[in-house]
Amino acid sequence: MPENDTIQDLDLDEYKYGFVTEGKPVFRAEKGLSEEVVRQISAHKDEPVWMLDFRLKALAVYNSKPMPTWGGDLSDLERVLDEIYFYVRPQDRMERSWDDVPDEIKETFEKLGIPEAERKSLAGVGAQYESEMVYHSLREEWSKQGVIFDSIEDGLKNHPELFREHFATVIPTGDNKFAAMNSAVWSGGSFVYIPKGVSLSTPLQAYFRVNQERMGQFERTLIIVDEGANAHYIEGCTAPVYSTESFHSGVIEIIVKKNARFRYTTIQNWSNNMYNLVTQRATVAEGGHMEWLDGNLGSKLTMKYPSCYLMGEGAHGEILSIAYAGDGQHQDTGGKVVHVAPHTTSSIVSKSISKGTGRSTYRGLCKVHEGAHHARSNVECDALLINDTSRTDTYPYIEIEENDANVGHEASVSKIGEEQLFYLTSRGIAGDEAMAMIVRGFIEPIAKELPLEYAVELNRLIELEMEGSVG
Amino acid sequence: MSVAPILKIEGLQAKVADEALGILKGLDLQILPGEVHAIMGPNASGKSTLAKVLAGHPGYEPTGGKVQFDGEDLLGLEPDERSLAGLFLAFQYPVDIPGVSIANFLRTAVQARQPEGEDLDIFEFSDHLTERMEMLDMDVSFAERHVNDGFSGGEKKRNEILQMAMLKPKLAIMDETDSGLDIDALQVVAKGVNRLIEEDPQMSILLITHYQRLLNYIKPDFVHVMVAGRIVKSGGPEIALELEDDGYKTYETLEGVSTNGSAPGA
Repeated sequence: MPENDTIQDLDLDEYKYGFVTEGKPVFRAEKGLSEEVVRQISAHKDEPVWMLDFRLKALAVYNSKPMPTWGGDLSDLERVLDEIYFYVRPQDRMERSWDDVPDEIKETFEKLGIPEAERKSLAGVGAQYESEMVYHSLREEWSKQGVIFDSIEDGLKNHPELFREHFATVIPTGDNKFAAMNSAVWSGGSFVYIPKGVSLSTPLQAYFRVNQERMGQFERTLIIVDEGANAHYIEGCTAPVYSTESFHSGVIEIIVKKNARFRYTTIQNWSNNMYNLVTQRATVAEGGHMEWLDGNLGSKLTMKYPSCYLMGEGAHGEILSIAYAGDGQHQDTGGKVVHVAPHTTSSIVSKSISKGTGRSTYRGLCKVHEGAHHARSNVECDALLINDTSRTDTYPYIEIEENDANVGHEASVSKIGEEQLFYLTSRGIAGDEAMAMIVRGFIEPIAKELPLEYAVELNRLIELEMEGSVG
Repeated sequence: MSVAPILKIEGLQAKVADEALGILKGLDLQILPGEVHAIMGPNASGKSTLAKVLAGHPGYEPTGGKVQFDGEDLLGLEPDERSLAGLFLAFQYPVDIPGVSIANFLRTAVQARQPEGEDLDIFEFSDHLTERMEMLDMDVSFAERHVNDGFSGGEKKRNEILQMAMLKPKLAIMDETDSGLDIDALQVVAKGVNRLIEEDPQMSILLITHYQRLLNYIKPDFVHVMVAGRIVKSGGPEIALELEDDGYKTYETLEGVSTNGSAPGA
């Protein structure tokens, strides 16, 4: 069998799914983005005046900034943005019924072994999955330790001072056009505070939160990890997420204080109509340690570069990134590390897989400011191409203002080879399984860092997508 | 003949998939269960091509002739089907599969041999793997290493024999298994192969080699000389010794001469 046929037949990522739902009259803000919409959002959330002012200023910044001309193709985005609703009250969201969910999706859930209750949530049907027993005991344990794990709205209401002290300090409104947009219309997301010296052994998982949208269109998350604290936060899921929305723009701000450690794991598998433009950034104080583990499997276009600003002496930042770009997808991802203080260290490891007409871009920045002497940084990005039509690009920006710094960069591009496939199949392993094995092996260095259930699900997903794909 | 051959090749012709020039030009060979055959030949005689064509490498295209494996038409099968039917190729140049552990790889390959719907007993598998690794003087930690990734030449070849030991083929083709091995590694590999022959006297082996050295350790029943895509001489182990003394020069003049390359024992 010629190699190309083998590969062309792979069906890793076809989304044939879309929801057709019967609309019923509900309250929504008008289509598109306007001052009126922003005022309505703030009023519905019963926000303090300072937040309304913040939103309105952000709107002005958004309007003043041009669309980015770098990264992915955003030429159709203006049209998309005119058509979307920037705010729908949660209670007015369109009801969908399980019967409307296409059989293929139900089968995918079945094969992935996703629990019944969670399936409905993933398909956007009914209430969000809530693992009550687990959640309540954990929540009790956490609150005893003074941990705050709330929706962003409740964070603003219940902890106004802590909130205001940190909100928008990591990602200012003017940072980029989409951060400005999020600042104007944000809704949903988490507010997390880990007190001094508290170390959590169980990861905080976004889906433990009740009564809130897990992934709002304009989620805003603020996490404060106080001195010497240690925690892990997980958001998203490997299973496909179906949405009628076609635009997602989140802002995630994390403050890692002195000698604290924090890991943020996020995996997205949005359906292929989605523009996913997210700003994620952490500041890391003296002796602090921040890790981003970022997986991008879905969406039409993702532009996301988790960042670590190493502000204090000896701070460490790490970014592990996996991207999968199937037919028609563009994953423009990577990471940024900014060394501001001496003896700071960082590492970026990026793995991308491009299949069919998929395109993956690694875009990274390593900046060492003057005075950040003895800074060390290492960047490694590997791309795997599955077809001749697949594409990958690498844009590693390096800006060094300090003489005494050590910055390394390695990049590799490989193609799934006939020899590897032949080797595995010559041992009796079927072609599709062999392909899945090679892909899993390629991402193994990052997958092994995932929580077990995520790694297992990711592996099963790859297997499932390869099933029956080779003649 | 009462015993059916495990491998019967008649007039096999083959070429590299994208090229016009033929490499195998009408090759005949027959191997019975339990026989050890060696094919020897100079560089570019088509020895390794024969191994790859038999295993179903997509880069080669059979253009004529017939191959029967255990009574079945071999050339119509996919590489994985050939493996499941009992054919094994020990590669001359095994490729790296980064991120895939040997244990995982072998478990998948052994699982593929289970009856439909039956799962491999993972503890049994693990015990068996450990036992086979000990037989080949391999440290158990080897199982967690990624397939051929960063392996020395000797480790790669030992890994091939480990796979052979786990998959229990009816016919093992060993393509230049001796190349790149020092004498100690060669002895370990040969010991492993001989042990497998002892365990399963019905297993057949086709050794492909340029040098006589390997045949000191794995004794062939028959030796064939291959030149320019055909077998030009067949006989017993004494042929290998002649080659050791005289080299391939005498055979190169035979190129183009029509010879009957049928194996003895047919």
